[in-house]
Amino acid sequence: MTATVMTAEHLLARVRDLLAAHPPATTPRADFLRARFDAGLAWVHFPEGLGGLDAPRALQAVVDAELEAAGAPDNDPRRIGIGLGMAAPTILAYGTDEQKRRFLRPLWLGEEVWCQLFSEPGAGSDLAALATRAVRDEEGGDWVVDGQKVWTSSAHTARWAILIARTDPTLPKHQGITYFLCDMHAPGVEVRPLRQITGEAEFNEVFLTGVRIPDTHRLGAVGQGWAVARTTLMNERVAIGGMRVPREGGMIAPVAATWRERPALRTHALHQRLLELWVEAEVARLTGERLRQQLAAGRPGPEGSGMKLTFARLNQEISALEVELLAEEGLLYEDWTLRRPEIVDFTGRDAGYRYLRAKGNSIEGGTSEILLNIVAERVLGLPTEPRDDKDTPWKDLLR
Amino acid sequence: MTASTVDLLYSETEEELRSAVRSLLADRCDPASVLARAETGDPYDPALSRTLGADIGAAGLLVPEKLGGAGAGHREAAVVLEELGRAVAPVPYLTGSVLAVEILLGCDTESPDVAALLREIAGGRRTCVPAVPLTLAPGAPLPRPVHDVGGGRLTGTLTSVADAAAADVLLVLADTGLHVVPAASATLTAAVPLDLTRPLATVTLDAAPGTRLADAATARAALAGALIGAAGLLASEQLGIAEWCLTETVTHLRARHQFNRPVGSFQALKHRLARLWLDVASARAAARAAADALATGAADAPLTVAVAQAHCSGVAVRAAEECVQLHGGIGMTWEHPAHLYLKRAKADSLALGTAGHHRGLVADFAELPAP
Ligand SMILES: Cc1cc2nc3c(=O)[nH]c(=O)nc-3n(C[C@H](O)[C@H](O)[C@H](O)COP(=O)(O)OP(=O)(O)OC[C@H]3O[C@@H](n4cnc5c(N)ncnc54)[C@H](O)[C@@H]3O)c2cc1C
Repeated sequence: MTATVMTAEHLLARVRDLLAAHPPATTPRADFLRARFDAGLAWVHFPEGLGGLDAPRALQAVVDAELEAAGAPDNDPRRIGIGLGMAAPTILAYGTDEQKRRFLRPLWLGEEVWCQLFSEPGAGSDLAALATRAVRDEEGGDWVVDGQKVWTSSAHTARWAILIARTDPTLPKHQGITYFLCDMHAPGVEVRPLRQITGEAEFNEVFLTGVRIPDTHRLGAVGQGWAVARTTLMNERVAIGGMRVPREGGMIAPVAATWRERPALRTHALHQRLLELWVEAEVARLTGERLRQQLAAGRPGPEGSGMKLTFARLNQEISALEVELLAEEGLLYEDWTLRRPEIVDFTGRDAGYRYLRAKGNSIEGGTSEILLNIVAERVLGLPTEPRDDKDTPWKDLLR
Repeated sequence: MTASTVDLLYSETEEELRSAVRSLLADRCDPASVLARAETGDPYDPALSRTLGADIGAAGLLVPEKLGGAGAGHREAAVVLEELGRAVAPVPYLTGSVLAVEILLGCDTESPDVAALLREIAGGRRTCVPAVPLTLAPGAPLPRPVHDVGGGRLTGTLTSVADAAAADVLLVLADTGLHVVPAASATLTAAVPLDLTRPLATVTLDAAPGTRLADAATARAALAGALIGAAGLLASEQLGIAEWCLTETVTHLRARHQFNRPVGSFQALKHRLARLWLDVASARAAARAAADALATGAADAPLTVAVAQAHCSGVAVRAAEECVQLHGGIGMTWEHPAHLYLKRAKADSLALGTAGHHRGLVADFAELPAP
């Protein structure tokens, strides 16, 4: 089976078998999801036995559409986005067989939520400057981790974390880093809510004090953590843009609805801005659609590197317009109580929340400035800026 | 308001057509010769037009096979326009092979006169240009028709007619319907155009003999529909312009050194170019969507065209302006081709409706009414 190329027909036949054996209407959600994983229909491009069928990645959309049409439950990808989008592909690429078997199934099922312990107070865009130390314990072979992470989304709900730590401070900053899978319930892991501009605490500070990580939870070779982390970061940035949105889907939808339903709010100046943004949102939708079609045709284009930039800017401009359109109502905010949400959800919230939360879109997962650098260098081939931190031992860098 | 499924990629046939057009233009239409011709006041290269139209078969892309055309469609014509934009080629393609053909296809193609004219256009044997202002926009009021003084003799004046000087025959909207008029029987007064590569003229008809092709109602409907098609394809020309400007600027900034490093390594410029690249990538999606919607006759084609025009006009102008600015002093010179692109891009942003006009159309189609 592994040798044959999986086609859409093969996959659809499997979907039908799954639905016949486990009718969504009568099967408990968790049972259905387990059966789906075991049938290789969780992420079809993963290997057999790990939730996949070694099929082309683009065919996942076919499977998802068929299951959705049949009313099958999904695994709530928004709740477990970091696990799905970042931890899983990295574990798949660098994990031992044992690690893949242990972690991928509960991850996909949402039984174990993941978070990303990368950023630190002194290492954001310049992530490779990180200072969290991991030192090998001579006796047990465990690693002992000390340091502080910050802006960690979902740390309060996470069972596991992907973690990068410095294992050799005498080497230049990209070299002495090692990648770990960290148990968030281990002694010495302390999660403190970090309140953000929306009033909520969606992310956290994480203090690591003498946290013991067995060597079996190391991902990739000692000192090779930066290469592993790059896999994570690349996946983080392509996660966006692949999904299909309808015309006038996304952030423009509530604004357009308000415009139609409440003529009293209309002004000429707002009309011009609304039309400009409506057109831009439609063009962004088409650009995403073109990217999706390129991927499906096996000819990936570079557009993916740009979609996050586009959506960040659009979300910010559209949500800003929405607050103004609402006039007096735009002066109000639904609720400033500190809450610790499980997911980030732009829908079903008020315009003020959308306006504030969208500010994070150009910071999280790499700032727009950093992404513009990446587009300029990797897509357009423009030269890098001169830099002097590449060969200096980490311990001698200015921080 | 659901969007139909669009195909936003290029097929293999389209890529083959592209390389044929591109290599022809590389051989016969380099920027230096475009400029040299433009300076003579007669920018057209009839031999180039013939090769493009007849040998490569581009003239008949929109004409059905039974009328002597290639039976291709808007997607293919869009690819030709991308390449023509990339070369700021001074050929009457948008006017002659797109707008004129669309108008004629909106008339009764069973009529021998219409069919014969389409055949001649498709075969590259005749250049037929509509005598309408280049700024005429879909959805805008049509110009006042010229007067039929009797017996199909037409009298009137039409301004800002693009490519009239390259035409063998003109399509004229008269009060009695659509007429075809030999260019030789009209008086052309060349204007000094902002865009040197798409000349404009005032066309004066003084009891000029016309052959009637369609009645007034048919003519007006055909013209209204044709303007949508042409506006949709203009987006592809604008994409080609933007692409050339981006590519040239990147090449220049990699080679040009100041402060002991390539200028392109300065972040301020890298970010500007990265943004421009994003614009071009999105313009491609918008232009392709318009071409595909026109090709398939999608119900939402008028909206998709309006979206493409509202977006691509600005991208082409921005790209050309950035190209001039980031070339520094060289960008302001007559020798460097950047100005040809800036002039074309700016003129194109007025052609067939401004971005603002098209946003107004979006407001209608998307039901987002003005206050
Ligand atoms: C909502 C949210 C959720 C997050 N979730 C997580 C998470 O779960 N896990 C995690 O590890 N991290 C997370 N982050 C952190 C995020 O990845 C970092 O905030 C981001 O990478 C930027 O780092 P910084 O905040 O240290 O800003 P800095 O790097 O200090 O940047 C400050 C400013 O300088 C600019 N800048 C920096 N370097 C350059 C340069 N070379 N060229 C031009 N401009 C530059 C930046 O663009 C920015 O505008 C989250 C952030 C947010 C906002």
